[in-house]
Amino acid sequence: MPEKSGAEILIDILVEQGVDTVFGYPGGAVLPIYDALFQQKKIKHILVRHEAGAAHAAEGYARATGKPGVVLVTSGPGATNAVTGIADAFMDSIPLIVLTGQVATNLIGSDAFQEADTVGITRHCSKHNYLVKDPAELATIVREAFSIATKGRPGPVVIDIPKNVQVATASTDVKRPARSRFTYAGEADYAEINRAVELIANAKAPILYTGGGIINSGPAASEALRELAELTGAPVTSTLMGLGAYPASGDAWLGMLGMHGTYEANMAMNQCDVMVCLGARFDDRVTGRLDAFSPDSVKIHVDIDRSSMNKTVRVDLPIVADVGTAMRQMIDVWKGRKYKKQPLDDWWSRIAGWRAVGCLNYPGSTQEIMPQYAIERLFEATKDKAPIITTEVGQHQMWAAQHFHFDAPNKWLTSGGLGTMGYGLPAAIGAQMGHPDALVIDIAGEASIQMNIQEMATATQYRLPVKVFILNNEWMGMVRQWQELTYESRYSESYSDSLPDFVALAEAYGWKGIRCADPAKLDDAIAEMLAHDGPVMFDCRVHKTANCFPMIPSGAAHTDMILKADQVSGTMDDEAKALV
Amino acid sequence: MHIKQELTERHVLTLTVDNEAGTLARIAGMFTSRGYNIDSLTVADISEDHTTSRITIVTKGPPPVIDQIIAQCERLIPVHKVTDLTEAGPHVERELALVKVNGTGDQRVEAMRLADIYRARVIDATVSSFIFEITGGPDKIDTFVTLMREVGLVEVGRTGIVGLMRGAGVS
Repeated sequence: MPEKSGAEILIDILVEQGVDTVFGYPGGAVLPIYDALFQQKKIKHILVRHEAGAAHAAEGYARATGKPGVVLVTSGPGATNAVTGIADAFMDSIPLIVLTGQVATNLIGSDAFQEADTVGITRHCSKHNYLVKDPAELATIVREAFSIATKGRPGPVVIDIPKNVQVATASTDVKRPARSRFTYAGEADYAEINRAVELIANAKAPILYTGGGIINSGPAASEALRELAELTGAPVTSTLMGLGAYPASGDAWLGMLGMHGTYEANMAMNQCDVMVCLGARFDDRVTGRLDAFSPDSVKIHVDIDRSSMNKTVRVDLPIVADVGTAMRQMIDVWKGRKYKKQPLDDWWSRIAGWRAVGCLNYPGSTQEIMPQYAIERLFEATKDKAPIITTEVGQHQMWAAQHFHFDAPNKWLTSGGLGTMGYGLPAAIGAQMGHPDALVIDIAGEASIQMNIQEMATATQYRLPVKVFILNNEWMGMVRQWQELTYESRYSESYSDSLPDFVALAEAYGWKGIRCADPAKLDDAIAEMLAHDGPVMFDCRVHKTANCFPMIPSGAAHTDMILKADQVSGTMDDEAKALV
Repeated sequence: MHIKQELTERHVLTLTVDNEAGTLARIAGMFTSRGYNIDSLTVADISEDHTTSRITIVTKGPPPVIDQIIAQCERLIPVHKVTDLTEAGPHVERELALVKVNGTGDQRVEAMRLADIYRARVIDATVSSFIFEITGGPDKIDTFVTLMREVGLVEVGRTGIVGLMRGAGVS
């Protein structure tokens, strides 16, 4: 009976599952797997410079390709360094397989060198996890892990593999039946779909509130959304995670909603009579003050995860289903029953009134580059190249969401739920690995970029032509903005002191470095960045004290948006301060 | 500013789960990490092939939180079925307690008499102590334990409740 080592079995199953790229970092407890990797050609290993980078790169790869991202790290610090990325993927429902080395089974619990309780640490920030105790179990576990990571609501699955399990052998010809012990929602109940379609068809002021679930459901779901919006004539808004599912150039597009969403999107959410939440989860960044959230609407919620229903907002019609399938069912019912598009003229004219506020307008400057202007110019220069945009977390992320416009899914990769600074550069590397010919740009801030800046070397090593566009205002801008709003401008530790010379840093890593501080030269500098066939770090020196508006301050309702900087007050009550 | 407390309801949940390493930690930890309460928890292997365990959890929270607790439990991979016995209708709840009472003379006689009324059995006896075994609903056991405190209770061990639906239905 042929036998293989655990490490060889692992590689076989990864190949069987269609894995061609693994992001990782070697170490003592994964040496047998690295040796097996060395002896094969089907899987390409991308050596990151820090395990956090491996996890975020795998996330970027997964979000840009729709395939699960695979991470390989060693025990102890290797695993703990990857935890932030695992938690990030859990919050944003990104399919990851995280393979961690572990000390030999006979040493577990003895405080051995580089031992950490990886299964314990990742238990509540992964969709599921395993400690493999016998190589004979490995094939079944890895197959099940891929299934769990990708089906239903996607998420990260951690497989902790002790070193002796990697070395020990097991028979390979045992065809064990694949376990299928979990169920996930697919098609919706037609009674619910009929009711939903009736509600939408009779609405006077409907709105489609869309989220990352549509992206996760696959390109067909984005197609279905476009068709549903066209059939119903309803306006469309989206969460941060769902940008691109409905084209920003589409007629029904209201822009992003929520804390830094547009005035028209938030007002329409507040005033609608039927809200159709499609693959979104009523996050606190979206709802604002809960008791004032869309008080008079009938709420339909389509989500693949039952636990998202009624979690924060009570809904009238919960539909547990794959959102793409459910939208397709709605379209079928709409057409089958020959519903006609309602004349929503009154609703659209109210929306036009809110749009006329011009909430994304900002004060211009000929002396300094306004950060919003920088994003606008970057968008204008790249929009015909179908770029993939990643971001870090902070003001630059919100400006990118507001001023960069997405017409297709899987082009916008950002850390939404966990809000992880340091996500953007490794995610860009992962996305570039998945799409070698795409233009991949990390829109960054000067503070966030430093959190995983070591990954510049990864891009250099694999000749990945990622562009890092830093909106450098020398502040942790979002922290500073909140300090202005809430703490009477006591700028506690929010100044980005001792910044590196980003151009010199770029050159040190073998990148091209560009600096621009003059709005008149910005277009040329962006063109220079795009023309360079290799990685570029662009130090865009922007206006230092600009803040991100519009904004719903924490604890406020959708109708209480701050539109301009002069509406900012200096302090808040404790109830508001306690909100994140 | 003060932290507000909400009114809570007591619910008994039963979970059918895979009998494998880490399942209990996963469930108990989920309660902790999401800020839910566990009043009692029992777990034991219940299937012929030892692959399945049944967990009974007594929890409390406002109704929307109870609904979330059920949904969050269902979301865990090793959890196959969750039943809210409190919602499901008539059901029985039973708990076992061991109660050690030390004493001599009248106190000892009184303990014995009360135990008899509550149908507690003596499962260990010395000239200065008894261990009583009592089974019943949590209220009955609470009352018995309270009475025993008066007559020399020194130690008590409780299993937490297990429950089943009344009638032919299964949870």
